[in-house]
Amino acid sequence: MSKQYETVIGLEVHVELATKTKIFCGCSTAFGAKPNTQTCPVCTGMPGSLPVLNKQVLKYAIAVGLATNCDITRYAKFDRKNYFYPDNPQNYQISQLYLPICRNGSVEIEMEEGGRKTVGIHEIHMEEDAGKLIHDEWEDSSLVDYNRSGVPLIEIVSEPDMRSAQEVIAYLEKLRLIIQYLGASDCKLQEGSMRADVNLSVRESGAQEFGTRTEMKNLNSFKAISRAIAGETQRQIDLIESGEKIVQETRRWDDVKGESYAMRSKEDAQDYRYFPDPDLAPVVVSDEMLEQMKEEQPEFRTEKMKRYKEEYGIPDYDIEIITGSKHMADLFESAAALSGQPKKVSNWLMGETLRLMKEKEMDASDLRFSPQNLAKLIALTDSKAVNSSVAKEVFEVMFEKDVDPEKYVEEKGLKTVNDEGALRSVVEEVLAANPQSVADFKNGKEKAIGFLVGQTMKAMKGKADPATVNQMLREMM
Amino acid sequence: MNILDMTAAELSATIKAGRTTAVDAARAMLERIEEQEGMYHCYVTVDSEGAMAQAREVQERIEAGELTGPLAGVPLAVKDNLCTAGLLTTCSSKILGNFVPTYTAEAVSRLKKAGAVILGKTNMDEFAMGSTTETSAYGATKNPWNTNYVPGGSSGGSAAAVAAGECYYALGSDTGGSIRQPASYCGVVGMKPTYGTVSRYGLIAYGSSLDQIGPLTKDVTDCATVLEAISAHDSKDSTSVERQDTDFTCALQDDVQGMRIGIPNDYFGEGLDEEVKASVLKAAGELKKKGAVVERFDLSLVEYAIPTYYTIAAAEASSNLERFDGIKYGYRTADYAGLHNMYKKSRSEGFGEEVKRRIMLGSFVLSSGYYDAYYLKALRVKALIKKAFDEAFAKYDVILGPVAPTTAPELGASLSDPIKMYLGDIYTIAVNLAGLPGISLPCGIDQKGLPIGLQLIGDCFQEKKLLRAAYAYERARGAFQLRPGTDKRMERNLPNGKQTKGTEGAEKIKQTEQEGQSHE
Amino acid sequence: MANIISDETIEYVGILAKLELSGEEKEQAKSDMGRMLDYIDKLGELDTTGVEPMSHVFPVHNVFREDVVTNGDTREELLSNAPQHKDGMFMAPRTFDTPG
Repeated sequence: MSKQYETVIGLEVHVELATKTKIFCGCSTAFGAKPNTQTCPVCTGMPGSLPVLNKQVLKYAIAVGLATNCDITRYAKFDRKNYFYPDNPQNYQISQLYLPICRNGSVEIEMEEGGRKTVGIHEIHMEEDAGKLIHDEWEDSSLVDYNRSGVPLIEIVSEPDMRSAQEVIAYLEKLRLIIQYLGASDCKLQEGSMRADVNLSVRESGAQEFGTRTEMKNLNSFKAISRAIAGETQRQIDLIESGEKIVQETRRWDDVKGESYAMRSKEDAQDYRYFPDPDLAPVVVSDEMLEQMKEEQPEFRTEKMKRYKEEYGIPDYDIEIITGSKHMADLFESAAALSGQPKKVSNWLMGETLRLMKEKEMDASDLRFSPQNLAKLIALTDSKAVNSSVAKEVFEVMFEKDVDPEKYVEEKGLKTVNDEGALRSVVEEVLAANPQSVADFKNGKEKAIGFLVGQTMKAMKGKADPATVNQMLREMM
Repeated sequence: MNILDMTAAELSATIKAGRTTAVDAARAMLERIEEQEGMYHCYVTVDSEGAMAQAREVQERIEAGELTGPLAGVPLAVKDNLCTAGLLTTCSSKILGNFVPTYTAEAVSRLKKAGAVILGKTNMDEFAMGSTTETSAYGATKNPWNTNYVPGGSSGGSAAAVAAGECYYALGSDTGGSIRQPASYCGVVGMKPTYGTVSRYGLIAYGSSLDQIGPLTKDVTDCATVLEAISAHDSKDSTSVERQDTDFTCALQDDVQGMRIGIPNDYFGEGLDEEVKASVLKAAGELKKKGAVVERFDLSLVEYAIPTYYTIAAAEASSNLERFDGIKYGYRTADYAGLHNMYKKSRSEGFGEEVKRRIMLGSFVLSSGYYDAYYLKALRVKALIKKAFDEAFAKYDVILGPVAPTTAPELGASLSDPIKMYLGDIYTIAVNLAGLPGISLPCGIDQKGLPIGLQLIGDCFQEKKLLRAAYAYERARGAFQLRPGTDKRMERNLPNGKQTKGTEGAEKIKQTEQEGQSHE
Repeated sequence: MANIISDETIEYVGILAKLELSGEEKEQAKSDMGRMLDYIDKLGELDTTGVEPMSHVFPVHNVFREDVVTNGDTREELLSNAPQHKDGMFMAPRTFDTPG
């Protein structure tokens, strides 16, 4: 029978930082501008231009390092990584090799089979992003847009501590949550603000030595990562089984075809000639700066969970879900404060919100409705201005378009009718039209009242309070 | 006095006094350039129209009392590796043959704000790599003292333009001696300030950790004046230093009483021309006469400076010059097959031999397996060299020595043997490695009628001591003709290109030396 | 000459530096580089054990800029020097799928 293999995985995660400007110049990082309109001599590699470090980049990098238990390097430097490519305007990328800003960290992940595992972080370094290349079929050329050139990135390099796709995804989710809590990035894989390269090797179970690893790029979703890990594991096992050698190389994953291919070319020496960038001053992190940064760290998930329990008294399960996304936690806290009804806010999030998210395959960070509008909706139901089914209807619109529920209910005429006379005449009509149900009720069939409430609500076009209707029916029978 | 023969300070005062105008000065300069460029080729680009327009504008602002500084209305030349918005900037390379920057170097901007008029861009060794200005893709510049000789380099065009009176002063850049050495060969004053004193923003980098911009001028007063104007902290340059003491003209005092001057024995060893040696030591004697304490000492490590420099400069250059790739600006080869072939052909056709030589060396010393042995080793030796200077400056205010082992070599004599050419930088290079200020000023003329340069080196941020010593020496030495027969040439209204005139000038300075006094 | 530069080395350096040399240039480059390395080998005479490599001469550190947008749209100027451009972008020979 065939041998047992173990997959050994380390990740290089690039995270685009949420700064307003680029890492070494004052150009905007805003998304969606026309090509090359957010550029200057620095980020387009004009001769004579010089880089100056954006302080916020350093702050975010240190904050992520502190949150992932890293040692912060007190004397850090930037190095040049030299390679020619059109998206790289200087033909060197400013990065950190010799003295990266953070080292020796770790995060804990929860395992699917229960229990926890520590994934080591080798280092976190700051670097600049490259521009965007667009293939021009007509001219058989590449067009270069430098708007993204110089956008700040941190690269988080893990130790080869992961053994499965589940662990990889748990690790990525954990990182994403930490970074979102810090406000350092929105970490969207699909949009490229979080990118993961997978370093993978296989070895026989029980072996001490690592096998030869490959690096897999172009992984744009958790699903793609899972598939790429499965595919590459199998490819390597097949090679070993057939007695072939695994080549240490960079491979590009094609998620549509479900296979990867080597990216190497003859012109690609992979010798980056790193050396300290003489144009940038070293970074010295003082005790004071570090202390201040520690004080400025936000409340992380565990602290938040504890506080929610004490402060809001909502169920553990709700807390787990809500704090699972920084955006949802922020939404919850604001809406709870505005409405004074944390329990009801939580119910809306756990019920309708999750249902719609699932239906629309959305991420919590994509929620668009504001805490103000959720608080207003809660106030409308509290005052019985709308009944719960109308409220759900309104919420669905709010979820989509963040409409103001007060205005929406007003405009659409969805307010509950509180005019007793009007209601009474409708109830009379319903009773007259359904003698059988009335008889059933009088004969002790309690269920029959439900039908009559439904008929009344229908006649009222939903704009009545079902409890009031129920009460009135009983009285009038 | 003819305005063409004035120093920058004199011209500015004359304009201010209303006795001439910035427009007349610019016009006179442009006429002289027109007349002489065929002989000397100091400029890659002469911007006649732009200069006249600037001069008119500046003159109006002077008259309106808006511009009152000591450089207002004075025309200058700018080395062609400093970016000038809207004006061709080639680095004397084919690869930037059509490059028109969209922005202006900080040092040039500062001069423009002070009312300077830019005449054009001066010739240089391609990308500042060379010591003769012969590696220019646009032809060599000739030494105005004798057109069979090189003007030095890499700021050879700037030095020659000042010497030939084709500008009142010029900006150059100095990575291993590129201001001081051509200043020496051309008989003008050239200064490399402390690293970080002048912003490098807009200077097309050669060796970023070594490059500094500095002035080339007719005398020490102009040197201090220009340096004062271009020195300032710049938030666009991370290596720019914040310093308060940039009022350099305050240091123009004829007083070296008690100043401690060290003469490194190592700068007077094998390879130093006897005439140069005698002249430099004579200069030291002048300062001693004025009350300076002059001593000989051992500096050590001098012979290691050149290999250290070439390793570091080549490594940085190999990376700095990667951006010239035929995509964003500059030269792209006509025919190519694919991306990498385009890169290779554009760069191979666009760069000259010396540049390619250094790029290859630099790429090699940084490459996998050699980084520690070559690059890191050089950075360690650099630390030792810096330490040797620190020790010297614990004892001395100023170090005095020659600028170069010889006076200017003949055209074509250096290029055949690169290492021999590199050896010519032996006295200037360590100054860049240690980030120190250094000044070169004329101290004599040799038998061939070529000027000899004196170098004064100061500790970091001690430009004022250098300027004081230089100024005192200049007073002792007396006026130094910019170029043989300048005055006579103007009187006769004849172009001067005859080599025999060299002797006249030589005689004149020798005479002054003998008199040992100023005749200003 | 102590340092003999092989054809492979020159070829490799050419790939790194993106330079293509003719046969004659290659021979010259081999000899020049060999001589320069011989010369640089002189540094080996010095004992630098325990000496920190000095990349910056002065202890200048922590030079930052604030996170404030300063750019305007200067695309036309930016592209004015481009050998080829289209639709507001620089035009380069087709990039194959292998950055590197």
